[in-house]
Amino acid sequence: MANLTELTLAQAAQGLAAGDFTSAELTDAHIAAVEGARDLNAFVTETPDIARERAAASDTRRSKGEVAGPMDGIPIAVKDLFCTDGVLTSAGSHILDGFKPPYESTVSQNLRDAGAVMLGKANLDEFAMGSANITSYHGNVINPWKAADGKDRVPGGSSGGSAVAVAARLCLGATGTDTGGSIRQPGSFCGIVGLKPTYGRCSRWGIVAYASSLDQAGPMTRTVQDAAIMLEAMAGHDAKDSTSAPIGVPNFAAALSGDIRGLKIGVPREYRVDGMAADIEALWQNGIEMLKDAGAEPVDVSLPHTKYALATYYIIAPAEASSNLARYDGVRYGLRVDGDSLDEMYENTRGAGFGTEVRRRILIGTYVLSAGYYDAYYLKAQKVRALIAEDFRKAFQTVDAILAPATPSAAFPIGENSDDPVAMYLNDVFTVPLNLAGLPGISVPSGFSGEGLPLGLQIIGKPFDEETVLRIGDVLESSAGFDAKPSYLKGDA
Amino acid sequence: MSLDKDTVRNIAFLARIKIPDEELDHLAQELSGIIGWVEQLNEVDTESVEPITSVADMSLYRRKDVVTDGGYQARVLANAPDPEAGCYTVPKVVE
Repeated sequence: MANLTELTLAQAAQGLAAGDFTSAELTDAHIAAVEGARDLNAFVTETPDIARERAAASDTRRSKGEVAGPMDGIPIAVKDLFCTDGVLTSAGSHILDGFKPPYESTVSQNLRDAGAVMLGKANLDEFAMGSANITSYHGNVINPWKAADGKDRVPGGSSGGSAVAVAARLCLGATGTDTGGSIRQPGSFCGIVGLKPTYGRCSRWGIVAYASSLDQAGPMTRTVQDAAIMLEAMAGHDAKDSTSAPIGVPNFAAALSGDIRGLKIGVPREYRVDGMAADIEALWQNGIEMLKDAGAEPVDVSLPHTKYALATYYIIAPAEASSNLARYDGVRYGLRVDGDSLDEMYENTRGAGFGTEVRRRILIGTYVLSAGYYDAYYLKAQKVRALIAEDFRKAFQTVDAILAPATPSAAFPIGENSDDPVAMYLNDVFTVPLNLAGLPGISVPSGFSGEGLPLGLQIIGKPFDEETVLRIGDVLESSAGFDAKPSYLKGDA
Repeated sequence: MSLDKDTVRNIAFLARIKIPDEELDHLAQELSGIIGWVEQLNEVDTESVEPITSVADMSLYRRKDVVTDGGYQARVLANAPDPEAGCYTVPKVVE
């Protein structure tokens, strides 16, 4: 039997269908991989018993000819931001100590209904706030890729555990969430595919909220085809999320025709930022050439307000976070630290329960929403957000998709960029604009940094046009021929 | 705009987060750095721009105002730190 953890999700689905192996065998191989890679700290909670139970149920369905679809029997990781019925959901925070939701998020329920097998809950930055997975109460996640210096590197964030679980062959796919780049940036840092769908494509119900107008769930996988398969299982209208789009879910995998001839691919000149690293610039240029060789036409486009996207994001996201995180008060779930009065109990609980980055963002959010400052910061940011969204609308009048780098650098060593919050925020410079505009984007491993670390290119699409994004991503993936494996798997980590 | 120690103490109270006094100076400096950085938005002319709260191009749908869920007190209370007699508990509020 082939090494079951080396299969792609699509290959595993074929193998299950052909009867080459059972979901129980596939799942056991992945449980063993998870247990053997605990040094990467990719999981907050492992759920081998649940996994074996669901794998057995899948095999039973298959034996009766009642297969739910290509995800049936496929072992996945679930970011620990999705509420899972009866299973600890920590959001990477101390303040949710012991929280076992008595309900299942819509996206994880959709995956369950599709037959997917949950291996465990993946580590993440606390409340999804971070770009390096160094803010989790449950410890840092380690990138399975190393450069010649041998230093432990960050996996990116906030979906760092999900990205590492996929890259290190601990699962065939993982759910992530992306508020400012939290799927695409760790995808790029770990050499895997990360897809942020259009805002409204996947239900937010049951996902621990960070910034509700920006949060969106999506798949993280080793191939574009796998992302297409997994997204189809995750997506769909949900009456429990008022911003969930009431539209049908296409067969995303069918969009991968391999034919992008005649498509106009925008190359935004404002993304060529000052001091752009030479390897990122070369990667981007190479991506343009590859798409051109495949018959697409690169077109110069302008997104003039790009440089203001980060500052806009770091007003809007903390503002929404300060409101969303008001619910953690020590009364209904999670941590409680007693006090003599109600206010003191709140203050003690929240003082002890939140880590420094979360605290920083709640305070910024509280400040920009407070009386006297609301217009100067929050309202101003909402107006600039309108301009950023308008930039994309105009660009998409002339192009079918946009090609850009996913990150300004490759994965950096743990400890770097951590003294200055603003330096850390700059990681999201190429990913944040899409969230502000609600657009879909995919990060596809497309090359390497000077140090031999993976780098991703990002394809940005029109609202609800994930199909074009996936089709171009698939062509880019084939052209780039990225087939290197993390050093961790070669045993020289 | 730079934030002083008192401002930070005040927003920490508004956010109900206890912050030890010795951390206030450092925090004031950090938050001032972030606020100073986001103030670059002042360069942008937004005179005739309408603010947006969401990019979702849709209006909220309506449903009948009826109870659609509920009736499971035990599940609701299952995660409470200190439930009593079928209720959440908090420190005494009224003397």
